[in-house]
Parts: sequence; C-alpha cells; structure tokens
Amino acid sequence: MANMAQAIRMALAYGEKHLGVTDVFGEDVGPPLGGVFTATQGLRTSWNSPLDERGIIGMAYGIAVAGGKPVAEIQFCDYIFNTIDLLKLVGNAHWGSAGKFNLPLVVMTPVGAGIHGSIYHSHSFDSIMTHIPGWKVVMPCTPIDAYGLMIAALKDTNPVMFMKPKALLRTKGDERIPGEPEDEKVLKDMIDAPLGDRTNWKPRWPELTDYTVPIGKAKIVREGTHVTCVTYGRHVHWAKAAADTLANEGISVELIDLRTLYPYDFDAIKTSVRKTRRVVFLNEDTAVTNFGEHLLRRTTEELFYELDAPPRLLSGKNVPGVGLAPVLEDASVPQIADIEKMLRETATVPA
Amino acid sequence: MQKSTLRPRLEPALQVRIHDLMVKTRCVEERMIKMNRDGEGFFWIGAPGEEAFGVPLGLQVKKGQGPDFDYLHLHYRSSPIIMAMGGTMLDSLRQMGMRATDRYSAGRNFTNHYAIPEWNVAPMAPTIETQYLIAPGTGWVQRRHGGDGITIVNGGDAGTAEGDFASCLIWSTRPGKELPMLIIVVNNKFGISTSHATQHGVRNIADRGIPHGMQTKVINGNDVFESWAAIDEAMRYVRTERRPYLLEAHVSRLNGHSSSSGANRVDEIDCILEFEKQLLADKVRTDAEIKATWERWRDEANACVKQLRTEPFPEASDIWKWTFHDDADNTLAKAGGD
Ligand SMILES: Cc1ncc(C[n+]2csc(CCOP(=O)(O)OP(=O)(O)O)c2C)c(N)n1
Ligand SMILES: [Mg+2]
Repeated sequence: MANMAQAIRMALAYGEKHLGVTDVFGEDVGPPLGGVFTATQGLRTSWNSPLDERGIIGMAYGIAVAGGKPVAEIQFCDYIFNTIDLLKLVGNAHWGSAGKFNLPLVVMTPVGAGIHGSIYHSHSFDSIMTHIPGWKVVMPCTPIDAYGLMIAALKDTNPVMFMKPKALLRTKGDERIPGEPEDEKVLKDMIDAPLGDRTNWKPRWPELTDYTVPIGKAKIVREGTHVTCVTYGRHVHWAKAAADTLANEGISVELIDLRTLYPYDFDAIKTSVRKTRRVVFLNEDTAVTNFGEHLLRRTTEELFYELDAPPRLLSGKNVPGVGLAPVLEDASVPQIADIEKMLRETATVPA
Repeated sequence: MQKSTLRPRLEPALQVRIHDLMVKTRCVEERMIKMNRDGEGFFWIGAPGEEAFGVPLGLQVKKGQGPDFDYLHLHYRSSPIIMAMGGTMLDSLRQMGMRATDRYSAGRNFTNHYAIPEWNVAPMAPTIETQYLIAPGTGWVQRRHGGDGITIVNGGDAGTAEGDFASCLIWSTRPGKELPMLIIVVNNKFGISTSHATQHGVRNIADRGIPHGMQTKVINGNDVFESWAAIDEAMRYVRTERRPYLLEAHVSRLNGHSSSSGANRVDEIDCILEFEKQLLADKVRTDAEIKATWERWRDEANACVKQLRTEPFPEASDIWKWTFHDDADNTLAKAGGD
C-alpha cells in the first residue's frame, strides 16, 4: 500500500497530467530531494524556491492571477506564520475584488506533533488557518483520503489549504489508490527516487485515475450510540484505538473524521449528536481559541436541548510549544489514554 | 571571492588553543551524531565544518552580561562559537539527551539551541533568519548605551532569501542611527538540498551590504588565520566606528544538513585537517600532541554521556513552567484551563 507521501505525490502527478497543475514549488520541493517528506519527488513541474515563505505564498497568488495552477508548499507549518498577511490577501482576493478574481491555488504544509519535532516542528495550524476566511481547509488521515482530497483541492476554483499530518506522512493505509499497483515494492520502484545520484531518474507513474473526496464531507469512521467523537488528522487513529478499548467496556463511540475543517460538515455532526446526545471534540492544537471551541459553540447553540452531557473539548495544552523530551510532548498533546478518559466520562456522566 | 595573501601572526599558544577548541567542538558534535544513531536523541543539527571560523569568533567575543558586552544572535551551527566562549560538552550533550538538567532549554529544544543570559546569548529558535530581526534591537540599545560592546548575528546563506535579512540591512544602517553590529553570513553553499547557486543571483551575499554603505568582506572560513584576521578587523571597526559590518565566510558542511539527511560525512575540505597540516609544518604541534588532543576530547565526550545518562528527564508537569515570568506556581500559565 502507498504511504501518505506517495499518495500526495500521485495526486499531484495526476493533477499535472489532467488538471492543469503548472507549478509545484517550495523549499527543497524540486529535485534532487523532492520535499523533506518526499511528497513531491519526480513531479514534472516541481521546482525549488528560495528560502522565503512570504515569497512562496506571494508567488502562488501571482501564478494563479496569471492563469496558472500552483501548488505551493511551506516546508513545516511552523514556518508559515510569517505569511499570515499573504494568506489573508489570498483569502480576501475574490471577496475584495467583488468576484473579479478567484485564486485556484493549493498550499500544502505538514502540521502537528508526533515526530519528536520539538518546539518548531510540532505546531498545529488548524485554529489559525480556520480563522482566515476565504480558504477551504482540509486534512486527511489516510493515504486514500490524501489522494482524493488533493484531487478535490486541485479541481477547486478557490484557495485550498491542504494540511498534512506530519506524523502520518510515512504511514500506509488499507485502501489502494485507484491505479496503484498491487505490490508496494513495484510502486516504490516506479515512483520513489533512488538513493544516490538522481540526475537521470524519472518516475513511471501508474495509470492513475480520478478519485475525489468531496471537500466539505465528513466521514463516519465508526458507528456508535453512546458518545460522538469529532476529530481529524492523526487523532482519528488514536480516537479509533480509544473507541476499540471502550467497546470492551460496553461504551459505543461514534467517530467522525471531519476531513474538511472549512467548510465543515456540520450536518454530519448534528446527525450524530442527535443520536448519541453526547460529544467530544478532539484535536491537538492549543486550547485557547481552539477550532474545536467554535464547533462547541455551534453545538451548544444549536443542539443544547438535545444534549445529555456537557459537550467537551480535548485539545493540546495551552503552552507556547511542544517540548522535545517525549514526556513533554506526551503531556502537551492528547494521548490515547486521555481520549479514552474523556470519552468514558462524557459517555457515562448522568443525564 | 577575495583571497587573503597575508597570513597574520597568531602566537603559537593561541594556535594550540584554537586547535584544542576546534577538536573539542568536532568531538562533541560527533558524539551527538552517535547519540542520535543510538536512539539517545531524536534530531541532530550542528557545525562540523565551521570550526575554523567559529572558534576564532568565539575567542574574540567580549563575553559578559549587559550592553557593555557583546550580544549574540546565533543559529544552529554555532557550537564552535559557544565552545570557544567556554561552553561545556556536558551542557551540549544534555540538551541532545533532552535532560531536565539541560541548562539551555530543560529538554525542550533541539540540540545546539542555546540561551545564555550571562553571556548575552539570546534565546535561539529554529526559525531561519528571525535572529536578523532581533539583533538590531540589542544593537539599538548598545548604540544608545555607548561603550564598545557590539551585537553579533550569524546565520546561513540560504536564509538570506528571507526578507528578515533585508530588514537587518535596513535597520542597521538608518542614516545617523547606524548600529554597532557584526552581521555574519556563513555560506556553505546549501540550504538543505537546494544549492545556493540555483537561488541567488548576487555574486557575493556580502555585496548586499554595499548599497547600504556597509563595510563588507568575503573570506575563506575554512582558514583559521584568515578567519581570525577578518573577525579581528571587523570587530575593531564595529567596536570603534559603531557601524555595521557584513562578513561572509565560506565554509564546508561536513555532515550534510542534519540527521534528517543521515549526517554522514561528505567529501569537502575539513578545516581541522587543514589547520593541523599547518601546525605540523610550522612545528607548533607534533603528531602525538594532535592525536592526544583528539583522544582527550573523545574521552571527555564519552564521560559526559555516561554522566548525563544518570540524570533525570523532565516531568510531565514541567510543560507549564516558565510560560510566564513571576508565575512560580504556574497560575497564569493555567489561566486558560489545564
Ligand atoms: C523560516 C524557516 N523556514 C524553513 C525552515 C526549514 N529549514 C531548516 S534549515 C533550512 C536551510 C537553511 O539553509 P542556510 O540558511 O543556508 O543554513 P545552513 O543550514 O546551510 O547552515 C531550512 C529550509 C526553517 N527552519 N525556518
Ligand atoms: Mg547554507
């Protein structure tokens, strides 16, 4: 099975061939490296940019204005913060020009902790990004969803922020990408750059086909009746593990993978919460003015009388960074045991 | 690139000291790479290849606390500077080992990320180039304060693409408000995998100082003598004229970018071997003395690792510490809920 980096790479190759992608660029995105997580190896239109994040976002905006279809990468979301004003400009270009300009561009960036990245390779970006109107914001948790969401992003005529959960980039899924060869060694031979000299290397892309995960549609990962858990990115997998444990205690968790953070699928949340009457929102961004707080607010306002327990948020701790030592990282972002505990409490608190 | 023709005189005792510190630095870096490979630390980034430049720099710093002394705004390849200033192997290795005893970040930051108030070493972050924005702040205070303390900022070649570098040039040369800053660019010709030549049209990075009226120089940072002389000249200028100087040093990147790219040794000029050839030719050191120096520091590095293995890791509750100043019980830190 392809890993998430390979899936993104294949979606971009599909985009180059079928969806008019003109430029895949950013720091170390082009040859020889093809991205620090290898997500852009071998792409025909990939190139290395100067080490200048503001320049990267500005360039993407300009390419889109001139009719191109850029996919820009910010190497780690930890280094995107100096581009916020440009992200704002991208987000308001259509609105501010009374619909005269739309910007079909994609920015992708690895987010979150989980690779022992210390203070500056562990930041989350969901809260800040969803605070910039005019962008669609997606985050996959499996290779197949990464493929389908990237293709959806490339087809979209609006700016899309594609957040890559960095801890999952090298993990495999259990569903094949349409066109992916059965043997993963064959895939590797076809599309992974060799070690050593790569000057004459070219990938052989599989016959990739269209597959779209619609932006704005959540996925019910696991059906349940006692409590709903709404999350995205790598915490989907941890919530699933927690739900498996709780199932042994007779607690049935309904797990929703949001997949799109904006425009998010509130219908899916509503339907589920109406059924379970209890909900936990889960993510690893810092706690204060967390994106989950927004979901809590809507839940409270729109579903207050249908709830049997206070809706909860389990998030990262409100500290300036994630420390390097594992004990610090584990104490800073929600762990499986924390998820279990909050789901259990929420499921069992008397109505 | 200007080639120096003069080889300035450095007292033999000073040469020996420089060599000793270069070897010390290399040994601590190599020990950290080993820790990374042994799973005793997650990520390594450091300075093998920058010793011939960094050690002469560190030795010429006016070390102390407050505006009478030099402020340093460093990047992650600054171990030669810190070792030359008196940094210990144990402290660096503790940071690599993420120990609670890590005096620079208590197990929070990557290795080679210092924060040393007693020596005016400002807190370091992995964000490329931001130090070039912060440096004018200490330079401004020093300009107002007078004396001969200066602000030193260093970073890599690729990072100069960030607007932060241009900001530094602008802010340090405002007419009548020039700042006493030694602005250094350490050019190893790469940013991770991207070669400098493919991204930068300027002939020399140092040339970018010229339109700002700055003194500039490009040197071979693999050469101890040339580095010493250039730093000496630049520092004298900045200390007395109270104006900025832009110094570009060409160096090697001997173990690639970081542990992410394997940290394997690459085939570039090794400044320590070059220096040792001269020490031998000039009879400043013997083969046996050189060998003993390496052995001593390798042993010391191993002893430090043994020591740190006995030291505790941070605790979970430590995440709240130092969020705010004057908040010993972390009340403010937890004001948003814990
Ligand atoms: C603002 C920012 N963008 C991207 C990165 C990721 N990154 C870390 S090191 C590096 C290359 C730096 O190259 P250079 O400035 O030449 O310094 P060198 O590592 O070669 O000494 C990059 C892109 C970062 N740390 N900070
Ligand atoms: Mg460099």
